[in-house]
Amino acid sequence: MQFLRNFFDKAYEKAGEKFHPVVESFDTILFSPNHTTKSGAHVRDAVDLKRTMMFVILAMVPCLLFGMWNVGEQHFIASGETVSFFDKFLHGAIRVLPLVVVSYGVGLTVEFIFGIIKGHSLHEGYLVSGMLIPLIMPVETPLWMVAIAVVFGVVIGKEVFGGTGMNILNVALTTRAFLFFAHPNSMIGDKIWISQMRDMEANGTMADGVSGATPLGQLATMDPGTVDTYYANGGVDFSQSLMGNYLGSIGETSVYAILLGLAFLLITRVASWRIVVSFFAGGFAMAFIFNIFAGDNVFMQVPALSQLMLGSFMFGMVFMITDPVTAAQTNKGKFYYGFLAGFIGILIRVANPAYPEGIMLGILIANVCASLIDHMVINANIKRREKRLAKATA
Amino acid sequence: MAKAIKIKKGLDLKVKGKPEPNIQEVSNSPEYAIKPTDFPSLTPKMVVKEGEQVKVGTPIFFDKYRQAIQYVSPVSGTIAEIKRGAKRKILSVTIKADSDFSYESVDTSGDAKDVILKSGLWPTIKQRPLDIVADYNKAPKAIYVSGFDSSPLAPDYEFLLNDKKEALQAGFDALSKLTEGKVNVTIESNIKSSSVFTSIKGIELYTTSSKHPAGNVGTQIHHISPINKGEVVWTINALDVARIGTLFTTGKLDFTKTIALTGSEVKTPAYYKMISGASLSNLVDKNITSDNVRYISGNMLTGDNVGKDGYLGFYENQVTVIPEGDIYRFAFTEGWMAPGFNKLSNSQTFLSSLVPKKAYDVDTNTNGEERAFVMSGEYEKVFPFDIYPVQLIKAAITNDIDKMEKLGIYEVAPEDFALCEFVCSSKINSQQIIRDGLKVIEEECM
Repeated sequence: MQFLRNFFDKAYEKAGEKFHPVVESFDTILFSPNHTTKSGAHVRDAVDLKRTMMFVILAMVPCLLFGMWNVGEQHFIASGETVSFFDKFLHGAIRVLPLVVVSYGVGLTVEFIFGIIKGHSLHEGYLVSGMLIPLIMPVETPLWMVAIAVVFGVVIGKEVFGGTGMNILNVALTTRAFLFFAHPNSMIGDKIWISQMRDMEANGTMADGVSGATPLGQLATMDPGTVDTYYANGGVDFSQSLMGNYLGSIGETSVYAILLGLAFLLITRVASWRIVVSFFAGGFAMAFIFNIFAGDNVFMQVPALSQLMLGSFMFGMVFMITDPVTAAQTNKGKFYYGFLAGFIGILIRVANPAYPEGIMLGILIANVCASLIDHMVINANIKRREKRLAKATA
Repeated sequence: MAKAIKIKKGLDLKVKGKPEPNIQEVSNSPEYAIKPTDFPSLTPKMVVKEGEQVKVGTPIFFDKYRQAIQYVSPVSGTIAEIKRGAKRKILSVTIKADSDFSYESVDTSGDAKDVILKSGLWPTIKQRPLDIVADYNKAPKAIYVSGFDSSPLAPDYEFLLNDKKEALQAGFDALSKLTEGKVNVTIESNIKSSSVFTSIKGIELYTTSSKHPAGNVGTQIHHISPINKGEVVWTINALDVARIGTLFTTGKLDFTKTIALTGSEVKTPAYYKMISGASLSNLVDKNITSDNVRYISGNMLTGDNVGKDGYLGFYENQVTVIPEGDIYRFAFTEGWMAPGFNKLSNSQTFLSSLVPKKAYDVDTNTNGEERAFVMSGEYEKVFPFDIYPVQLIKAAITNDIDKMEKLGIYEVAPEDFALCEFVCSSKINSQQIIRDGLKVIEEECM
C-alpha cells in the first residue's frame, strides 16, 4: 500500500491549501488517518463515523438488490413477457443504478463544494442519504428531478444548518418531500411505479388488465365495502407484502430484505432499538384504532399488522426514523419520538385523501418535534435536580 | 455494615500491561518537579528562586488567592529551574536532589487542618464542585474517599495499603476532624470481607461494582448524596489518606509513593517506590520495549502525556506506557473498514465483539477524525449519572452558564467524562470541554 500512500502524500502538495479537503476526503476513505490524541483520553474507541455510516449502507444492500429485481419483475409482468431471473435483475439494475449514480454524484459534489468553502474534508452524512434517496423514489422519477431535489435536500436540508450532525430534518426525506410538493405528477399516481410504463402504453405493449397503482393507491380509492373484496380482487396480502414483489418505491417493498438490514443494524447497535420498537408500536396503535372505527372504509379495515407491512412503513422504521441526528437524543425521548412518528405516519396515510402514503410526512413531523420531546425529557431531569436542591435547603 | 450502591453502566477497558503484584527497586531520580499545571486554576506565587537550597517540605510556591495552601518540595536539594511558558505562566519548578535528605520539621500536635496545610499535603484534598484543590475556608458537607481505582490497569489499593492499616486509621481520624459531616469510603463489593477498609473506624463504608467508572469518586458521590448548588464536598485519594496518616503517626514528612508502571510497552509491569514529582527517566530506562511510545503520568484515560523525560504528576500513582498511533492504516485491512478481530471498541461493529480477546493492544491513534455529534446514546452507556452528558457538554461548549448549572455541572469533574471521550464515535474531547466549562463557572459563579 506504500505506493498509494506516496500518491496521496504527493497529491496533498499539488492540491494546495484550497483543495486540501478534497484530497483528504479520498485519503481518509482509503487510509485511517495518523491522527493521535493530544490530551484527555489517550486511547480511543476503534469505531468512527465512517464505519458507522458504512454499516447503514451495508444494511441497505439487500433492499437495493431486491429493489433491482422487483423493478424488472414488475416491468415484465406489465409487458406480459416471461424472462429469466437474470434478465429481470438486469433490467432493474439498468433502471436503478442511474438514480444511485445521480444521487451520489450530485450530492457529493455539493458536499465537496461546501467542504472546500468551509475547509473541511467530506463529512460522512451524505454517504447514507445518497443511498437512501434512490431507494425511496418511484422508478420512473426523471434523473434531472432527482438531481434538483438532491441539491435542495443537501443545501436547504442540511448545509444551511451547519452540515452533518446539525440538520433538523432527515435529508433523504427532505429530498423526497421537495419532489412531492414540487413535482406531484412524478411522485403520485399510477403511471410512475412500473418501469417504462408510459412508453409501453404509448406503444401498446402493455399486457391486459395491468394496473399501475400501488396497493396503497388502490386501497385509498376503493368504494365503501369490506377489505375482503380487496383481497379477493388480487390485492397484496400479508405474505406477498413480506416478500415484496409488488409496486412501490424501489427499496421499500420487501419486508424480508428490510428485516435483514434491521437485524444487522440492531446486532451492531448502530440503530436504536428504542426508536424501532416505539415506531412500530405507534404505527400499530393507529392502525388498530382505525380497525375499530373502520365502518365500511376499506383502507381503515386493513388488519393492523398487514397495514404496517405495506408501503414505506417498514423501510421508514429501519432506515429513516433511526437517523440519529434528526431523532430525539435522549433515551427516554426516543420512545416518544418513535411512537409519535409511527402514529402520525399511519394517520396521514389512511386519513389523507390526496396522497395514499404518509410515513414520510409522519417522520418529518416527528423530526420537527424531536427537540421539543428532548426538551421535555431534559426538563424533567432539571426539575429533579431543583427539587433535590429545594429539599436540601429547606 | 456497608451499604451497597448499585451501578450497572460503565466499561472496563481490556488492555495489556497489568502490573504484577510485587514491588520492584528503582534507583532514586536525580531530578524532581512540581508543576502548577497539575492543579487546575491555580495561580502560583513563587517563594524560592533558582539556585536556592530547599529541604523536604520547604514551600516552593503558594496559592495566590488562598495563601495558606502551600506547595512544598518533596525532596531536599537545589532549585534547578523555574520554567515559564506564554505570559510568564509558571509551568514547572525543577529541583536537583541531594544524596542525603534534610527535612523541615513539622509539629503534628496542633489543629489537624493547620498541620495538613503546613505539611504541604493539603493539595491532596480536592473539592467538588470545580475539581480543584479544596478551599479550607468553606466547610464541606462530607468527605469522600474511593477505596479502589477502577481505571485501566490501575494500581491495586488493597495491595498497596495492606500493611498501612495504622497510617490509614490515623489519616481518617485527621480527615474526620475536617468536616462535621461523614467521611464516606466506597470499596468494591467483591472484596468486601478482606478489604483493609473494613477494620477502619469512624468512616461510613459503601460497596459497589468494580466496573469503571464505579471507582471514580465522582460516581460514588452522585450515588451516595449528589452535590447540590451551593454545597461543597471534599475528595481525597485513599493512598493520600495513608500519607496524611503517616505524617501524624511518625511526625515526619515523607513524599514517597508506590506507583504502578503499566501498559503494553512495559517489559515488567509492576510496582515501584518513587518520590512524588520524580523524573521518569530512571523508571522507564531499559524497561520499555520500543521507541515510539507515549509516556503517560496517570492512567490512559485521564493522565498527562509527559514524555520520556517528564515527571510524575502530583496526583498520580500510576505511569502508563503505550505505543504511539501516528501511522496510516489501510482502511480495508486494518483501518476503519477492517473486520477488526483485534480492535478495542464498545460498539458492536467489530468482529472482536463476537470473539472477544482477553486483552488488547491499544495505541494513541484517534481512530477517526473529529466530527459533530451524530450518534446518540453512546455516552449514556458508560456514564452512570442521572445527568445528560451530551447536553451538558453542549452547554459547556456554548458557555451557557445557566444551562450548565441546571444540567449538573456542579456534580462532575473532567475524569467523569473520560469514558464518554473514549467511546465517542465523533472523537469529541469532552474532558477538556468540561474543564473549560468548570473554569467559566469558577470565574462567573464562585
